[in-house]
Amino acid sequence: MTALLVLLSIVLITIFTIQIGKVTELASKIRGEEEMQDIINRRQSVYMIVFMVVFLVAATASGLYYKNYMLGFGPLQPASAHGGSLDTMFKVTLFFTGIVFVITQILLFVFAFKYRARRGTVSSFISHDNKLEVIWTIIPAVVMTFLVVGGLDAWNEVMADLTDEEDYIEIEATGFQFGWNLRYPGPDGQLGAKSFKLISGSNPLGQDWKDKKNLDDFHPGEIVLPKGKKVRVRITAQDVLHNFYLPHFRVKMDAVPGMPTYFVFTPIKTTDEYRQELSNYPEYNVPADPKDPASKMLWEVFDYELACAELCGRGHYSMRRVVRIVEPDEFEAWQAQQQSYFFSNVRGKEDDPWKGVVLEGEVAAPAAPAPTDTTSTQK
Amino acid sequence: MANVATNPAVSHEDQLIEELGYNDHFHDHHHGDRYQSNFVTTYIFSQDHKIIAKQFLITGMFWAIIGGLMSLVFRLQLGFPEESLAWLKPVLGKWIVVNADTGIGTLAPDFYYALVTMHGTIIVFFVLTAGLSGTFSNLLIPLQLGARDMASPLLNMLSYWFFFLAGVVMFFSLFLSTGPFSGGWTAYPPLSILPQASSGSASGMTLWLVSLVFFVVSVLLGGINYITTVLNLRTKGMSMWRMPLTVWAFFITAVIGLLSFPVLASGFFLVMFDRNLGTSFFLSEIYIGGKALEHVGGSPVLYQHLFWFLGHPEVYIIILPAMGIVSEVLSVHSRKPIFGYKAMVYSMLAIAFLSFIVWAHHMFMSGVNPFISNFFVIFTLIIAVPSAVKVFNWIATLYRGNVRYTAASLFGIGFVSMFISGGLTGIFLGNSAIDIQLHDTYFVVAHFHIVMGIAAFFGMFAGIYHWFPKMYGRFMNETLGKIHFWGTMIGAYLIFWPMHYIGMAGVPRRYYRFDTFQSFSHFDELNKFITIAAVVTFAFQLLLVINFFYSIWKGRKVTEKNPWQASTLEWTTPINPGHGNWPGNLPTVQRWPYDYGKDGRDFIPQIEPIGPDETPDRH
Repeated sequence: MTALLVLLSIVLITIFTIQIGKVTELASKIRGEEEMQDIINRRQSVYMIVFMVVFLVAATASGLYYKNYMLGFGPLQPASAHGGSLDTMFKVTLFFTGIVFVITQILLFVFAFKYRARRGTVSSFISHDNKLEVIWTIIPAVVMTFLVVGGLDAWNEVMADLTDEEDYIEIEATGFQFGWNLRYPGPDGQLGAKSFKLISGSNPLGQDWKDKKNLDDFHPGEIVLPKGKKVRVRITAQDVLHNFYLPHFRVKMDAVPGMPTYFVFTPIKTTDEYRQELSNYPEYNVPADPKDPASKMLWEVFDYELACAELCGRGHYSMRRVVRIVEPDEFEAWQAQQQSYFFSNVRGKEDDPWKGVVLEGEVAAPAAPAPTDTTSTQK
Repeated sequence: MANVATNPAVSHEDQLIEELGYNDHFHDHHHGDRYQSNFVTTYIFSQDHKIIAKQFLITGMFWAIIGGLMSLVFRLQLGFPEESLAWLKPVLGKWIVVNADTGIGTLAPDFYYALVTMHGTIIVFFVLTAGLSGTFSNLLIPLQLGARDMASPLLNMLSYWFFFLAGVVMFFSLFLSTGPFSGGWTAYPPLSILPQASSGSASGMTLWLVSLVFFVVSVLLGGINYITTVLNLRTKGMSMWRMPLTVWAFFITAVIGLLSFPVLASGFFLVMFDRNLGTSFFLSEIYIGGKALEHVGGSPVLYQHLFWFLGHPEVYIIILPAMGIVSEVLSVHSRKPIFGYKAMVYSMLAIAFLSFIVWAHHMFMSGVNPFISNFFVIFTLIIAVPSAVKVFNWIATLYRGNVRYTAASLFGIGFVSMFISGGLTGIFLGNSAIDIQLHDTYFVVAHFHIVMGIAAFFGMFAGIYHWFPKMYGRFMNETLGKIHFWGTMIGAYLIFWPMHYIGMAGVPRRYYRFDTFQSFSHFDELNKFITIAAVVTFAFQLLLVINFFYSIWKGRKVTEKNPWQASTLEWTTPINPGHGNWPGNLPTVQRWPYDYGKDGRDFIPQIEPIGPDETPDRH
């Protein structure tokens, strides 16, 4: 039935369109070609000016209306130390391109309006103007140079990797279809070695337990970081390309299987601080659940989020982790509470290569597990 | 169409060709040949460039409708995720998942990504490459150069049929049970190589690759022909500096294509090897589907380099023909020379050269060494300069002109507006620091849709309305054309402008839904608005399709050879040019193509000799 209606509508529209076409052809025959073209020229040129005004007003008005979503304006302030420089580059670029945009659009439509064909006028035979052309080549070149220098300055600073002397926390995020495995280095501050060949049900990251650096590593369910401390995120992928994206921190880097990448940043606002700032904006002072007026305010339930920004298959849009920035002492407390993955899940079991060895922090080695089947447990 | 008063230059032009034209004895040996002797050789396996142009155009229009409909389906899912799409089940079958309790149908995420992928692939390659440069290069190069046909009509015919074959294979892939390819038109491995990563990477990807390899063959065959024809078959007096900007654009585009498409094909062959022969060009250290794969040592980033080495020049392959068409259309309808003809040519050459050294601006966040990104930022922002020069030149062409409003010139003006808008946002993205935040967000989607999805299309529309009389000896209906223009101009801005805001707020592209993230859930209203705008704007395109096909048979007949009063050679052929284009001599060229408004004369055709009192040529 719907199909029939759709088909009928298309047929009707076609007939209608053809009739409009025929009527206008007739009208132009009656009026005479030249006069008709004159009327058209006048009418279309007016439409040009009207369009220009409406377009520029709408562009500006919508820009102002959505100002709060633009980089560097409104509540979405950068939550990282380097984010400000990126937002500034954005604003500077917006300034220059905004000027060019307004000037060129106005000239385009005003000329289209002003120089419409009128009977009895002839166009001016202007084929070029060397001086003008040089000027309008040099000015964009200068502006571009300025933008390049500013941009690369920021880029090289942001993307530089850390040297060993610097004080930083290193964490690791591994993208997979469809989520993130997070790994922290634990008290020794170092991430242990891993290999994709060692991945199994009990070893989701393929950590090599023979590497002692792995023994204190833990796998939290969310990223928790202290305010003010440099963080180096080691970004890897298990199966296909993913991308480690922290929108509020202006952090983004592809996760490539077989090629670890990194991003260095310093969080500067705790989650609580960010929430407080959001509470100043009306769009965040609404109930978080629109259907439940008694629910918490949107700003109260705000969380920094980790998202995937490289198409990775059917669940690409659902790879979410929460990111929490806390005061340094709270971070220490949280870290102290985390259990190492090895000691919680592997120690004393089949995959444990340290059976019979007393490890740091232990009193005695756990007994070898009683054989549960006749298969040899020797590794 | 303006000045109606019978133009005495019509028969004057015939006279000029007879007296000053070049006799290549074409018709001496024409009689008795088997060329175009039956329906199949005339309309199907035609070797006449004009028929081939129409074949490219109509096939391109077919794919534009398919690609556009695909975008409407996924936009409906995005804008109205709570509404039921169950009514599409008869067409999309198992790809619409109907909730047993509520009866609400949603698009399966796999198929959403398949639609997005197919939409991109179809429109970028089949519509904007084949449908745009295939059509107009074929139609205009011989006609505007004074040639009988392309250098090799046989290769020309093959270039269309390889395109057709590519289309058949791609169309077939839409109906596979594992689904068409769904890894994005960019097809990054490992996703595109591993069937276990996505069902679209099974047979769908194989067919996608086969289709595009055929497509590359088509582009190369066409490109070789265009280049050879431009270099060797220009008529007497047609120096390179007297060619219209359309031909310059098609020529430069063909060179870019010839140099860049083979790299894409090579990337695709390596993908095929990784998929089928166990090689590891693009794969390393992968654990998927419960097992560690054997592939070690390759790099997904290598694919990206090979892909974007074509991918970036590709967008200039798309835009340059549109630019050439707009230069021509604006000049003819303003009755004024294109401002800065030489600068226009040099800009296109600069753009062509620079387009080969900016590809990694698509890869700033790919994990490449940040040091190399410096070079790509520099060259990317440099390429903004010749692009800006072209915009200024178009605006200056209107200045003190006598602008005649036709559907063609409206689309020409609209093109400039769109290219300004879309080109400027490229400056944000080309700066790697800003790209950290904007990469893979809707800001990118807004940028490339405005330059390709609108501006390039506008160039194509301008070309269709302007050269329809040449193709079919009839006019398209002007009023419908103007309604088509305004609806599309307004609608297209309404669709893509809001996407900038969504992108700046950080919303990633290629997301099936946004409600999984707090940060990305603020734009429900805007998404609905965009979807509605898309449906309405697509509906306006029906005006073009109806107008086009109706006018082929019932359009107002062209009664004089040069309805737009243009100076270029294509308007000196008979109204329905047959095989060989000119019945007698080939025209010879005496001047550049832009003598509009010179010495108080409305226009001077290229075939007219320089008069004794004429102002010397100083362009």
